[in-house]
Amino acid sequence: MTEASRQFDFEGRIARDEKIEPNDWMPSRYRRQLVRMISQHAHSEVVGMLPEGNWITRAPSLRRKISLLAKVQDEAGHGLYLYGAAETLGAEREDLINRLLGGDARYSSIFNYPSVTWGDVGVIGWLVDQAAMVNQTMLTKCSYGPYARAMIQICKEENFHKRQGMEIMAVLSAGTSAQRAMAQDALDRWWWPTLMMFGPPDEESPHSSELIGWKVKMKSNDELRQWFVDLAVPQAEALDLQIPDPELVRDSKTGHWISGPINWDEFRSILEGEGPCNRERIESRRESHFGGAWVREAARAYEEKCRKKKALERESL
Amino acid sequence: MVWEELRFQALLRHADDRLVLGHRLSEWCGHGPTLEEDIALSNVALDLLGQAKVIFEQSIKTDLKKRSVDDLIYFREIRGYRNVILVEQPNGDFACTILRQYFFDVFNRLWLNSLQSSIDKDLSSFARSALKEAIYHERHTKSWVVRLGDGTKESNERIQEAVSVFYPLSYEFFAQDEIDQKVFSKGLLPNTACFENVWKEEVALTLLEATLQFPKRTSTQMLRGREGRHTEHLDRILSEMQSLARAHPGASW
Repeated sequence: MTEASRQFDFEGRIARDEKIEPNDWMPSRYRRQLVRMISQHAHSEVVGMLPEGNWITRAPSLRRKISLLAKVQDEAGHGLYLYGAAETLGAEREDLINRLLGGDARYSSIFNYPSVTWGDVGVIGWLVDQAAMVNQTMLTKCSYGPYARAMIQICKEENFHKRQGMEIMAVLSAGTSAQRAMAQDALDRWWWPTLMMFGPPDEESPHSSELIGWKVKMKSNDELRQWFVDLAVPQAEALDLQIPDPELVRDSKTGHWISGPINWDEFRSILEGEGPCNRERIESRRESHFGGAWVREAARAYEEKCRKKKALERESL
Repeated sequence: MVWEELRFQALLRHADDRLVLGHRLSEWCGHGPTLEEDIALSNVALDLLGQAKVIFEQSIKTDLKKRSVDDLIYFREIRGYRNVILVEQPNGDFACTILRQYFFDVFNRLWLNSLQSSIDKDLSSFARSALKEAIYHERHTKSWVVRLGDGTKESNERIQEAVSVFYPLSYEFFAQDEIDQKVFSKGLLPNTACFENVWKEEVALTLLEATLQFPKRTSTQMLRGREGRHTEHLDRILSEMQSLARAHPGASW
């Protein structure tokens, strides 16, 4: 088959909503874009462990401690799952991690904000995990099979995390005046950064149209953001909390909740590494990764010794 | 001491061991040397916190002060904590964490195995399910002790250092006082002195397999964690762990 007919065949499969699998032919740009997206997603899961992990040792009850630890552990599992999906495209986990630690790969902008109160733990579960889920629900339909299947599994867990986060918020909101203030303050700080998680507005989104054409993405950034806002507004009302957007109104014709303007300058500064926690998040990942190098080295050395020993035993038989 | 108080105090010791060690392990979450190991350490932490929860719940049935589990965890002073000194030791490097955990895992497996014969039905059924976890933990940490001991020169030196620091602290697992003896003689909890030799033999075999030297100093009689005499490390743990709960007394979460 010529390159052109392969390309034609590939596009036909995309048009018929068939899944592309690891051993199938795919355009090299499709492969590259998927590796970029999936690894960025994997990095986000792993870096995303840090802001919430920050509260495991201070969780205010044994029940909360256990559920938060389980939740953050789930994120590690998602990371592992996603690195596995990227590996089906020929990428190596070690290379992908080195790109993250070297500052060449991105992760979700949201994790460059600090989590300074227990309210932040609640709001991360409620809003950040819900925003992730909106994006991931779309990706369950993605044209690349391993990514789509990873998303199905991950969405189930994210839904559980969202409920857990909402429950933390509900208890705080109905609690003492200090707890209520803690919940509102967390919502005030995380609302706008959560809206930015969906990426720049459609007219400024560099990769969107290509990815939509390949059915890697099924909806645009702005469509996903709208979907999320429509979910979150009634939830905030149910929690008796105020969304920090004085311009938020319901469009009576469409039923959509329309947000006020997003401060995209803030988003761009975060992407340029100027967020409140960019430096320390990467520093923390570097410490764990490079600090653990001797452990990985020891495991390799031991495996090699065992392999040699076995080979020797075979020879002497 | 009346029986209710004896029972409460004896159970508290084992709940505290698991709470403090689970807390220590949870400090690794997000910082493991590999993602797989990050997940594994959190798993063990979750199991230990789950075991702590059950033992605390059993203990408060006879707490004369009628405290809740969270009262015990978040509003008890350091002198009221009854865990062994080993579990409050800082994580150190991965070798320290693994070795401390291995020592505990062997003890925990022996203790739970024996607890299956407790006259208390709730405790014996708890022991049956928790034993499965403990066996798995031990298999995991033992394999790492061997891997690190027989891995590279650096990993060998690191875990050898951990052996010499932590082995002497293991003494406390088997030390007994009047409380232990009374709950043992009533058939409630195992007689830990009984499996001291088994613990030592099994650990010695693992050290041998891991090409590690047996430590020169093997016990120190100065430890009194069971009497509430702790190191400064536990104070640090509690100030962190209890900070939020204590800042909002009376609040629910």
